Amino acid sequence: MAITREHELHKRRSGRNVGLAVVLVAFIALVFGLTIAKVQSGASLQAYDHSYRPALDPDNVRFPQR
Amino acid sequence: MTDIRADISYSDNKEAGFSDYIALLKPRVMSLVVFTALVGLIVAPGALHPIEALAAIIFIALGGGASGALNMWWDADIDSVMKRTAKRPVPAGKIDAREAMSLGFALSGISVIMLWLATNALAGALLAFTIFFYAVIYTMWLKRATPQNIVIGGAAGAFPPMIGWVAVTGSISIEACLMFMLIFMWTPPHFWALALFMKSDYHKANVPMLTVTHGRKATRTHILVYTVALIPFALAAGFTSIGGPVYLALALVLNAMFLQGAWAIWRRSESQAEADGYAVEKRVFRFSLAYLFLHFGAFLVEAALSRVTVYADFAAMFKILELF
Repeated sequence: MAITREHELHKRRSGRNVGLAVVLVAFIALVFGLTIAKVQSGASLQAYDHSYRPALDPDNVRFPQR
Repeated sequence: MTDIRADISYSDNKEAGFSDYIALLKPRVMSLVVFTALVGLIVAPGALHPIEALAAIIFIALGGGASGALNMWWDADIDSVMKRTAKRPVPAGKIDAREAMSLGFALSGISVIMLWLATNALAGALLAFTIFFYAVIYTMWLKRATPQNIVIGGAAGAFPPMIGWVAVTGSISIEACLMFMLIFMWTPPHFWALALFMKSDYHKANVPMLTVTHGRKATRTHILVYTVALIPFALAAGFTSIGGPVYLALALVLNAMFLQGAWAIWRRSESQAEADGYAVEKRVFRFSLAYLFLHFGAFLVEAALSRVTVYADFAAMFKILELF
Protein backbone atom coordinates (compact mmCIF):
# COMPACT_ATOMS: atom_id res chain seq x y z
CA MET A 1 0.00 0.00 0.00
CA ALA A 2 1.36 3.39 -0.95
CA ILE A 3 2.01 5.70 1.92
CA THR A 4 0.40 8.59 0.03
CA ARG A 5 -3.01 6.98 0.04
CA GLU A 6 -5.56 9.25 1.65
CA HIS A 7 -7.48 7.61 4.41
CA GLU A 8 -10.94 8.74 5.54
CA LEU A 9 -9.24 9.86 8.72
CA HIS A 10 -7.20 12.42 6.78
CA LYS A 11 -10.34 13.85 5.24
CA ARG A 12 -11.88 14.19 8.68
CA ARG A 13 -8.78 15.92 10.04
CA SER A 14 -8.70 18.18 7.01
CA GLY A 15 -12.37 19.07 7.57
CA ARG A 16 -11.59 19.88 11.19
CA ASN A 17 -8.67 22.10 10.23
CA VAL A 18 -10.64 23.92 7.54
CA GLY A 19 -13.53 24.37 9.99
CA LEU A 20 -11.22 25.85 12.61
CA ALA A 21 -9.63 28.12 9.99
CA VAL A 22 -13.06 29.42 8.94
CA VAL A 23 -14.00 30.06 12.59
CA LEU A 24 -10.76 31.95 13.24
CA VAL A 25 -11.06 34.06 10.08
CA ALA A 26 -14.69 34.86 10.97
CA PHE A 27 -13.60 35.84 14.48
CA ILE A 28 -10.89 38.15 13.12
CA ALA A 29 -13.39 39.72 10.71
CA LEU A 30 -15.88 40.23 13.54
CA VAL A 31 -13.31 41.86 15.83
CA PHE A 32 -12.18 44.09 12.96
CA GLY A 33 -15.80 45.04 12.20
CA LEU A 34 -16.42 45.74 15.89
CA THR A 35 -13.36 47.98 16.03
CA ILE A 36 -14.57 49.99 13.07
CA ALA A 37 -18.08 50.23 14.55
CA LYS A 38 -16.74 51.37 17.93
CA VAL A 39 -14.46 53.97 16.39
CA GLN A 40 -17.25 55.30 14.17
CA SER A 41 -19.76 55.58 16.98
CA GLY A 42 -17.34 57.30 19.37
CA ALA A 43 -16.63 61.00 19.64
CA SER A 44 -14.51 62.52 16.90
CA LEU A 45 -10.84 61.97 17.55
CA GLN A 46 -8.24 64.73 17.34
CA ALA A 47 -4.59 64.79 18.14
CA TYR A 48 -1.52 66.90 17.58
CA ASP A 49 -0.47 66.10 14.09
CA HIS A 50 3.20 67.15 13.89
CA SER A 51 2.34 70.77 14.46
CA TYR A 52 1.05 72.55 17.56
CA ARG A 53 -2.71 73.11 17.53
CA PRO A 54 -3.76 75.65 20.18
CA ALA A 55 -7.35 74.38 20.09
CA LEU A 56 -6.23 71.10 21.57
CA ASP A 57 -4.17 72.60 24.37
CA PRO A 58 -6.03 72.15 27.66
CA ASP A 59 -4.77 75.55 28.81
CA ASN A 60 -6.53 77.18 25.90
CA VAL A 61 -9.82 75.35 26.26
CA ARG A 62 -12.50 77.64 27.61
CA PHE A 63 -15.42 75.94 29.26
CA PRO A 64 -18.78 77.68 28.88
CA GLN A 65 -19.92 79.64 31.94
CA ARG A 66 -22.95 78.26 33.72
CA MET B 1 15.59 -1.67 7.96
CA THR B 2 13.12 1.02 8.81
CA ASP B 3 9.49 0.11 8.78
CA ILE B 4 7.45 3.05 7.53
CA ARG B 5 4.26 1.13 6.96
CA ALA B 6 1.24 3.33 7.66
CA ASP B 7 -0.87 2.00 10.44
CA ILE B 8 -4.39 2.20 9.08
CA SER B 9 -5.81 0.11 11.87
CA TYR B 10 -5.93 3.32 13.94
CA SER B 11 -9.30 3.64 15.62
CA ASP B 12 -10.50 6.02 12.91
CA ASN B 13 -14.14 5.99 13.95
CA LYS B 14 -13.23 7.44 17.31
CA GLU B 15 -11.59 10.63 16.10
CA ALA B 16 -13.77 13.69 16.13
CA GLY B 17 -14.68 15.62 13.03
CA PHE B 18 -15.60 19.31 13.03
CA SER B 19 -19.29 18.44 13.33
CA ASP B 20 -18.59 16.64 16.62
CA TYR B 21 -17.27 19.88 18.10
CA ILE B 22 -20.41 21.64 16.86
CA ALA B 23 -22.53 18.92 18.49
CA LEU B 24 -20.63 19.54 21.73
CA LEU B 25 -22.09 23.06 21.80
CA LYS B 26 -25.70 21.78 21.64
CA PRO B 27 -26.76 23.64 18.47
CA ARG B 28 -30.49 23.01 19.03
CA VAL B 29 -30.38 24.73 22.41
CA MET B 30 -28.27 27.45 20.79
CA SER B 31 -30.99 28.16 18.21
CA LEU B 32 -33.51 28.95 20.99
CA VAL B 33 -30.88 31.11 22.72
CA VAL B 34 -30.24 33.02 19.49
CA PHE B 35 -33.95 33.59 18.81
CA THR B 36 -34.87 34.82 22.31
CA ALA B 37 -31.71 36.92 22.69
CA LEU B 38 -32.39 38.51 19.31
CA VAL B 39 -35.93 39.39 20.37
CA GLY B 40 -34.62 40.92 23.62
CA LEU B 41 -32.12 42.92 21.63
CA ILE B 42 -34.64 44.16 19.06
CA VAL B 43 -37.46 45.12 21.42
CA ALA B 44 -35.16 47.01 23.81
CA PRO B 45 -35.34 50.81 23.58
CA GLY B 46 -32.34 52.20 21.75
CA ALA B 47 -30.24 50.50 19.17
CA LEU B 48 -26.85 48.96 18.73
CA HIS B 49 -24.67 49.32 15.66
CA PRO B 50 -25.55 46.31 13.43
CA ILE B 51 -22.04 44.87 13.88
CA GLU B 52 -22.33 45.24 17.66
CA ALA B 53 -25.74 43.56 17.57
CA LEU B 54 -24.37 40.71 15.43
CA ALA B 55 -21.42 40.29 17.80
CA ALA B 56 -23.74 40.34 20.82
CA ILE B 57 -25.90 37.54 19.38
CA ILE B 58 -22.87 35.48 18.35
CA PHE B 59 -21.24 35.75 21.78
CA ILE B 60 -24.46 35.07 23.68
CA ALA B 61 -24.89 31.94 21.51
CA LEU B 62 -21.24 31.03 22.10
CA GLY B 63 -21.76 31.37 25.85
CA GLY B 64 -24.73 29.01 25.56
CA GLY B 65 -22.55 26.61 23.58
CA ALA B 66 -19.81 26.82 26.21
CA SER B 67 -22.23 25.85 28.96
CA GLY B 68 -23.38 22.96 26.73
CA ALA B 69 -19.79 21.73 26.44
CA LEU B 70 -19.29 22.00 30.21
CA ASN B 71 -22.55 20.10 30.68
CA MET B 72 -21.35 17.31 28.39
CA TRP B 73 -18.03 17.13 30.24
CA TRP B 74 -19.65 16.80 33.64
CA ASP B 75 -22.54 14.57 32.57
CA ALA B 76 -20.48 12.14 30.46
CA ASP B 77 -21.23 9.34 32.95
CA ILE B 78 -25.00 9.97 32.77
CA ASP B 79 -24.98 10.46 29.01
CA SER B 80 -23.25 7.14 28.39
CA VAL B 81 -25.98 5.28 30.31
CA MET B 82 -28.97 6.86 28.60
CA LYS B 83 -29.95 5.79 25.10
CA ARG B 84 -30.95 9.33 24.00
CA THR B 85 -27.55 10.81 24.86
CA ALA B 86 -25.19 7.86 24.34
CA LYS B 87 -24.18 9.11 20.89
CA ARG B 88 -23.03 12.52 22.12
CA PRO B 89 -19.36 13.16 21.28
CA VAL B 90 -17.98 12.54 24.79
CA PRO B 91 -19.80 9.28 25.66
CA ALA B 92 -19.24 8.10 22.06
CA GLY B 93 -15.50 8.45 22.71
CA LYS B 94 -14.91 10.98 19.93
CA ILE B 95 -13.96 13.84 22.20
CA ASP B 96 -12.15 13.40 25.48
CA ALA B 97 -14.09 14.69 28.51
CA ARG B 98 -11.15 16.90 29.51
CA GLU B 99 -11.07 18.37 26.02
CA ALA B 100 -14.78 19.20 26.33
CA MET B 101 -14.00 20.87 29.68
CA SER B 102 -11.14 22.90 28.20
CA LEU B 103 -13.24 23.99 25.25
CA GLY B 104 -16.12 24.88 27.58
CA PHE B 105 -13.91 27.04 29.81
CA ALA B 106 -12.13 28.68 26.87
CA LEU B 107 -15.36 29.53 25.06
CA SER B 108 -16.91 30.78 28.32
CA GLY B 109 -14.04 33.22 28.80
CA ILE B 110 -14.02 34.35 25.18
CA SER B 111 -17.80 34.83 25.00
CA VAL B 112 -18.06 36.77 28.28
CA ILE B 113 -15.12 39.08 27.58
CA MET B 114 -16.15 39.68 23.97
CA LEU B 115 -19.77 40.41 24.92
CA TRP B 116 -18.51 42.87 27.53
CA LEU B 117 -16.26 44.60 25.00
CA ALA B 118 -18.92 44.58 22.27
CA THR B 119 -21.73 45.87 24.49
CA ASN B 120 -21.36 46.51 28.21
CA ALA B 121 -20.11 45.02 31.49
CA LEU B 122 -23.56 44.11 32.84
CA ALA B 123 -24.39 42.05 29.75
CA GLY B 124 -21.05 40.25 30.08
CA ALA B 125 -21.63 39.64 33.79
CA LEU B 126 -25.12 38.26 33.12
CA LEU B 127 -23.73 35.90 30.49
CA ALA B 128 -21.05 34.74 32.96
CA PHE B 129 -23.73 34.16 35.58
CA THR B 130 -25.87 32.21 33.09
CA ILE B 131 -22.97 29.91 32.23
CA PHE B 132 -22.17 29.48 35.94
CA PHE B 133 -25.82 28.81 36.71
CA TYR B 134 -26.22 26.18 33.99
CA ALA B 135 -22.85 24.47 34.45
CA VAL B 136 -22.47 24.61 38.24
CA ILE B 137 -25.85 25.20 39.90
CA TYR B 138 -27.85 23.04 37.49
CA THR B 139 -25.47 20.46 35.97
CA MET B 140 -23.10 19.83 38.87
CA TRP B 141 -25.41 20.34 41.79
CA LEU B 142 -29.17 20.26 41.40
CA LYS B 143 -29.69 18.00 38.37
CA ARG B 144 -28.77 14.92 40.39
CA ALA B 145 -30.16 16.21 43.68
CA THR B 146 -33.77 17.26 43.17
CA PRO B 147 -36.73 16.42 40.91
CA GLN B 148 -37.26 20.18 40.58
CA ASN B 149 -34.10 20.19 38.40
CA ILE B 150 -36.13 21.16 35.32
CA VAL B 151 -37.45 24.25 37.10
CA ILE B 152 -33.97 25.41 38.09
CA GLY B 153 -32.45 24.50 34.74
CA GLY B 154 -35.15 26.61 33.09
CA ALA B 155 -33.61 29.75 34.58
CA ALA B 156 -30.46 29.29 32.50
CA GLY B 157 -32.58 29.15 29.34
CA ALA B 158 -34.52 32.21 30.46
CA PHE B 159 -31.56 34.57 30.67
CA PRO B 160 -30.79 35.13 26.92
CA PRO B 161 -33.60 37.65 26.19
CA MET B 162 -32.61 39.55 29.33
CA ILE B 163 -28.98 39.60 28.17
CA GLY B 164 -30.10 40.82 24.75
CA TRP B 165 -32.07 43.62 26.42
CA VAL B 166 -29.19 44.57 28.72
CA ALA B 167 -26.75 44.56 25.79
CA VAL B 168 -28.73 47.49 24.35
CA THR B 169 -29.90 49.37 27.43
CA GLY B 170 -27.16 48.58 29.96
CA SER B 171 -29.73 47.97 32.69
CA ILE B 172 -32.35 45.45 33.82
CA SER B 173 -35.97 46.54 33.62
CA ILE B 174 -39.42 45.09 34.23
CA GLU B 175 -39.68 44.11 30.55
CA ALA B 176 -36.45 42.08 30.73
CA CYS B 177 -37.68 40.42 33.95
CA LEU B 178 -41.03 39.51 32.36
CA MET B 179 -39.33 37.95 29.32
CA PHE B 180 -37.17 35.99 31.77
CA MET B 181 -40.22 34.85 33.75
CA LEU B 182 -42.07 33.87 30.58
CA ILE B 183 -39.40 31.30 29.67
CA PHE B 184 -38.68 30.34 33.29
CA MET B 185 -42.32 29.46 34.05
CA TRP B 186 -42.89 27.91 30.61
CA THR B 187 -40.02 25.42 30.90
CA PRO B 188 -41.48 23.06 33.56
CA PRO B 189 -44.84 22.35 31.89
CA HIS B 190 -43.08 22.06 28.52
CA PHE B 191 -40.56 19.45 29.71
CA TRP B 192 -42.88 17.57 32.02
CA ALA B 193 -45.38 17.14 29.16
CA LEU B 194 -42.48 15.58 27.23
CA ALA B 195 -41.46 13.46 30.24
CA LEU B 196 -44.96 11.99 30.42
CA PHE B 197 -44.85 10.42 26.97
CA MET B 198 -41.10 9.90 26.52
CA LYS B 199 -40.24 6.70 28.30
CA SER B 200 -36.82 7.94 29.32
CA ASP B 201 -34.13 6.01 31.14
CA TYR B 202 -33.23 8.73 33.65
CA HIS B 203 -33.71 6.24 36.47
CA LYS B 204 -30.86 4.14 35.05
CA ALA B 205 -28.62 7.19 35.40
CA ASN B 206 -29.94 8.01 38.89
CA VAL B 207 -31.26 11.38 37.78
CA PRO B 208 -34.37 12.23 39.82
CA MET B 209 -37.17 13.06 37.40
CA LEU B 210 -40.52 14.14 38.75
CA THR B 211 -42.33 11.38 36.84
CA VAL B 212 -40.23 8.80 38.69
CA THR B 213 -39.80 10.34 42.14
CA HIS B 214 -43.33 11.71 42.65
CA GLY B 215 -45.29 9.68 40.12
CA ARG B 216 -47.08 10.61 36.95
CA LYS B 217 -50.22 11.96 38.64
CA ALA B 218 -48.11 14.45 40.63
CA THR B 219 -46.38 15.46 37.38
CA ARG B 220 -49.77 16.18 35.81
CA THR B 221 -50.66 18.37 38.80
CA HIS B 222 -47.32 20.19 38.55
CA ILE B 223 -47.97 20.92 34.85
CA LEU B 224 -51.30 22.52 35.71
CA VAL B 225 -49.92 24.53 38.64
CA TYR B 226 -46.97 25.90 36.65
CA THR B 227 -49.21 26.74 33.68
CA VAL B 228 -51.53 28.73 35.97
CA ALA B 229 -48.49 30.49 37.48
CA LEU B 230 -47.14 31.27 34.00
CA ILE B 231 -50.25 33.11 32.77
CA PRO B 232 -49.94 36.33 34.85
CA PHE B 233 -46.37 36.87 33.64
CA ALA B 234 -47.32 36.26 30.00
CA LEU B 235 -50.24 38.68 30.21
CA ALA B 236 -48.39 41.30 32.29
CA ALA B 237 -45.81 41.69 29.51
CA GLY B 238 -48.66 42.98 27.33
CA PHE B 239 -49.00 46.07 29.55
CA THR B 240 -45.35 47.07 29.35
CA SER B 241 -43.43 48.89 26.63
CA ILE B 242 -42.74 45.62 24.76
CA GLY B 243 -46.42 44.64 24.66
CA GLY B 244 -49.48 46.13 23.07
CA PRO B 245 -52.87 45.18 21.66
CA VAL B 246 -51.52 42.63 19.17
CA TYR B 247 -49.41 40.88 21.81
CA LEU B 248 -52.17 41.00 24.39
CA ALA B 249 -54.81 39.55 22.06
CA LEU B 250 -52.47 36.75 21.01
CA ALA B 251 -51.35 36.10 24.60
CA LEU B 252 -54.95 35.80 25.76
CA VAL B 253 -55.71 33.16 23.13
CA LEU B 254 -52.43 31.26 23.61
CA ASN B 255 -52.71 31.20 27.40
CA ALA B 256 -56.33 30.08 27.29
CA MET B 257 -55.29 27.23 24.96
CA PHE B 258 -52.29 26.30 27.12
CA LEU B 259 -54.45 26.29 30.23
CA GLN B 260 -57.03 24.15 28.49
CA GLY B 261 -54.27 21.70 27.50
CA ALA B 262 -52.80 21.60 31.01
CA TRP B 263 -56.30 21.04 32.42
CA ALA B 264 -56.85 18.17 29.97
CA ILE B 265 -53.54 16.60 31.02
CA TRP B 266 -54.43 16.96 34.70
CA ARG B 267 -57.83 15.32 34.27
CA ARG B 268 -56.50 12.27 32.46
CA SER B 269 -55.54 9.07 34.18
CA GLU B 270 -52.50 7.10 33.13
CA SER B 271 -54.64 4.35 31.63
CA GLN B 272 -56.54 6.88 29.50
CA ALA B 273 -53.24 8.32 28.29
CA GLU B 274 -51.84 4.91 27.46
CA ALA B 275 -55.03 4.00 25.60
CA ASP B 276 -54.67 6.81 23.08
CA GLY B 277 -50.87 6.81 22.97
CA TYR B 278 -50.46 10.01 25.04
CA ALA B 279 -52.23 12.04 22.34
CA VAL B 280 -53.09 14.96 24.63
CA GLU B 281 -49.62 15.13 26.20
CA LYS B 282 -48.01 15.12 22.74
CA ARG B 283 -50.41 17.81 21.52
CA VAL B 284 -49.71 20.04 24.53
CA PHE B 285 -45.95 19.55 24.14
CA ARG B 286 -46.07 20.57 20.48
CA PHE B 287 -48.34 23.48 21.33
CA SER B 288 -45.96 24.65 24.08
CA LEU B 289 -43.23 25.10 21.46
CA ALA B 290 -45.55 27.25 19.35
CA TYR B 291 -46.67 29.08 22.52
CA LEU B 292 -43.18 30.38 23.28
CA PHE B 293 -42.30 31.08 19.67
CA LEU B 294 -45.51 33.06 19.10
CA HIS B 295 -45.15 35.11 22.29
CA PHE B 296 -41.67 36.22 21.29
CA GLY B 297 -42.85 36.66 17.70
CA ALA B 298 -45.59 38.97 19.01
CA PHE B 299 -42.95 41.05 20.83
CA LEU B 300 -41.21 41.48 17.48
CA VAL B 301 -44.49 42.48 15.79
CA GLU B 302 -45.15 45.07 18.51
CA ALA B 303 -41.61 46.45 18.12
CA ALA B 304 -42.09 46.71 14.35
CA LEU B 305 -45.48 48.41 14.76
CA SER B 306 -44.15 50.90 17.31
CA ARG B 307 -41.43 51.87 14.88
CA VAL B 308 -44.02 52.30 12.15
CA THR B 309 -46.04 54.49 14.52
CA VAL B 310 -43.00 56.59 15.32
CA TYR B 311 -42.40 56.82 11.62
CA ALA B 312 -46.03 57.88 11.07
CA ASP B 313 -45.75 60.56 13.77
CA PHE B 314 -42.54 61.77 12.20
CA ALA B 315 -44.18 61.83 8.77
CA ALA B 316 -47.13 63.82 10.14
CA MET B 317 -44.79 66.31 11.82
CA PHE B 318 -42.84 66.59 8.63
CA LYS B 319 -46.01 67.52 6.74
CA ILE B 320 -46.88 70.24 9.26
CA LEU B 321 -43.39 71.69 8.86
CA GLU B 322 -43.88 71.65 5.11
CA LEU B 323 -46.84 74.06 5.49
CA PHE B 324 -44.43 76.71 6.77
